[in-house]
Amino acid sequence: MTPGVRHPDVSERGDGQPWNLRESYLFPRPVIAEIQRAAREGIYDIRGFGAKRRLPHFDDLLFLGASISRYPLEGYRERCSTDVVLGTRFAKKPLELAIPITIAGMSFGALSAPAKEALGRGATEVGTSTTTGDGGMTPEEREHSKILVYQLLPSRYGMNPDDLRKADAIEVVVGQGAKPGGGGMLLGHKISDRVAEMRDLPKGIDQRSASRHPDWTGPDDLEIKITELREITDWEKPIFVKVGATRTYYDVQLAVKAGADVIVVDGMQGGTAATQEVFIEHVGIPTLPATRIAVDALQELGMHRKVQLIVSGGIRSGADVAKALALGADAVSIGTAALIAMGDNSPEYEREYRKIGSSAGFYDDWQAGRDPVGISTQDDELAARFDPVVGGRKVANYLRVLTLETQTLARACGKSHVHNLEPEDLVALTIEAAAMARVPLAGTDWIPGLERP
Amino acid sequence: MAVATSEAVEVVDLATTSVRELNQRLHDLARTPGPRLWRILNPNGAHALACGLDADLEVEIEGHVGYYCAGMNKRATVRVHGNASTGIAENLMSGRVEVDGNVSQSAGATGRGGLLVVRGNASSRCGISMKGIDIVVGGDVGHMSAFMAQKGCLVVCGDAGDALGDSIYEARLYVRGKVAGLGADCIEKELREEHVAQLRGLLEAAGIDADPTEFRRYGSARQLYTFKIDNAGAY
Ligand SMILES: Cc1cc2nc3c(=O)[nH]c(=O)nc-3n(C[C@H](O)[C@H](O)[C@H](O)COP(=O)(O)O)c2cc1C
Repeated sequence: MTPGVRHPDVSERGDGQPWNLRESYLFPRPVIAEIQRAAREGIYDIRGFGAKRRLPHFDDLLFLGASISRYPLEGYRERCSTDVVLGTRFAKKPLELAIPITIAGMSFGALSAPAKEALGRGATEVGTSTTTGDGGMTPEEREHSKILVYQLLPSRYGMNPDDLRKADAIEVVVGQGAKPGGGGMLLGHKISDRVAEMRDLPKGIDQRSASRHPDWTGPDDLEIKITELREITDWEKPIFVKVGATRTYYDVQLAVKAGADVIVVDGMQGGTAATQEVFIEHVGIPTLPATRIAVDALQELGMHRKVQLIVSGGIRSGADVAKALALGADAVSIGTAALIAMGDNSPEYEREYRKIGSSAGFYDDWQAGRDPVGISTQDDELAARFDPVVGGRKVANYLRVLTLETQTLARACGKSHVHNLEPEDLVALTIEAAAMARVPLAGTDWIPGLERP
Repeated sequence: MAVATSEAVEVVDLATTSVRELNQRLHDLARTPGPRLWRILNPNGAHALACGLDADLEVEIEGHVGYYCAGMNKRATVRVHGNASTGIAENLMSGRVEVDGNVSQSAGATGRGGLLVVRGNASSRCGISMKGIDIVVGGDVGHMSAFMAQKGCLVVCGDAGDALGDSIYEARLYVRGKVAGLGADCIEKELREEHVAQLRGLLEAAGIDADPTEFRRYGSARQLYTFKIDNAGAY
């Protein structure tokens, strides 16, 4: 036998285990590892990233390209526009974006200052917006983001009227897809001097953000809160309301009634910097049904396209973007994919990932602050590895690819604007996806849950 | 607290002027000079009155106000001669907000500086998530006051409701009357000379006549600052 090369052994399965060993479906090795970790450490698992379980998603949908009954647009010559205007309902200064893809709110604290700067640079280069996060607005981020959305979260860390006025839009965060109904957390080792000062907290403590806003509860209060924000900023800025996807139909309708200009619906796959694993994997509904329900809720009120809808949670490719738009979203937002574009989980750092007990492609300890790439950290040495100019260029490149892919699919369906994509352009691969997206199962006219004509 | 008579007072009647118009005129003073003294008539519980000010103004509101009056105020003094609803002086940055009557929930919520004075009682969640504001309440405060309070002082001349200072960080709480109950990680602490001096200053600034040595001080036991499984029962 050649040393170092494994030869197939008929007494072993492909994974190297003997055939007579049977792994439990209920207690596979990862479950066993987690039970034993819990027993050892006595605290629930907190991690970053989004849901890792398999969920119905945009992958389960396909486009019906044009043919005889509909004709396509010429790929390289005929224009397919991608611009989107957000906040046309009440704001004096709506946001004009060149592409229907925005950068989601990720906090300074969770991410390093250079990483935040890179997101701003990348978004600005392609004419779209980026968003602050729990922890407030940094000057670097404002300087490098042409269009910046400022979040108002339950914690209100760093909240102040000057930054409200400097912002291009304001996002009232009610919830996040990764943890609808949950508050934030930033573990002590990420509370550097600067983060502590911005949040008015002592250095090095575990910081827990509240899950409810301190000065309003319920839709009637929210309406008044939005009025106050409009008054403070003289009705200039669009007001977004962000919700984690759960009771999406009611949330969207209540947000419209409360006076939102733009609604952000974040599905359960949505990324997070630090949340309990049990929360990430078991609360909320996937982005796919949430998109459809949100559009239904807007259409029922006659507000579709009047109050714009941004969808997020697991957007990775132009296909995901195009499918979300076809279901009726006005734009999408990305978090995790933007971090990956900047180098997160890159095999280039495999050796260092190994040192901290992880591996490229698996790394999700964004809460821990030891990110070898320098993105999810407050350690100056690690953060210095990350070049915001290079990172910004990667984000811009990635956003361009997403846009080109979206246009490719839209042209194939004969659309001169990506917003002209519609549910009729889609079919589903699975019965679940057909029911959730309310498009027919491929090859049939069956939409589960709808009565047949 | 009468306004000096020698200086012209701009009077705005909300029976005939919209809140939007009033706020815009007040905001414009952050950039262009104009009247310093304002008197607002017929507020009738309007929301978001005089919020977002950023100039050295004195604004007297003659009546009751709705939610978020003087929200995010900087520099200005706003006096409410009546009661105030939810979120008076929320996220106050600097300046001074005074209310003659009672205030509803979340007074001074998340305030980062300045002084809020309530001569009557404050409802629940007074000083919630406060981040540097000083709040002086002449009467009582409701339950969950100073929840997650980070910085600044809450002075209560009357009684405090249940779960005072739950999950408190570094804010200081001074209560003269009874405390129905302390929240998680909030404990009584010794009232030392430096605290009496601080309290005296705050009471004086608020124009409230009370003996600072009659107060008790509460603050964080700092046991929840890093998550330990043995504390899980405290949440
Ligand atoms: C590192 C990180 C930090 C985040 N911080 C915030 C935050 O401060 N506020 C917020 O509303 N959402 C936050 N989110 C959620 C994102 O705004 C967004 O909803 C989510 O990332 C979208 O899903 P995706 O990651 O699959 O694209 C964060 C996400 C990540 C990955």
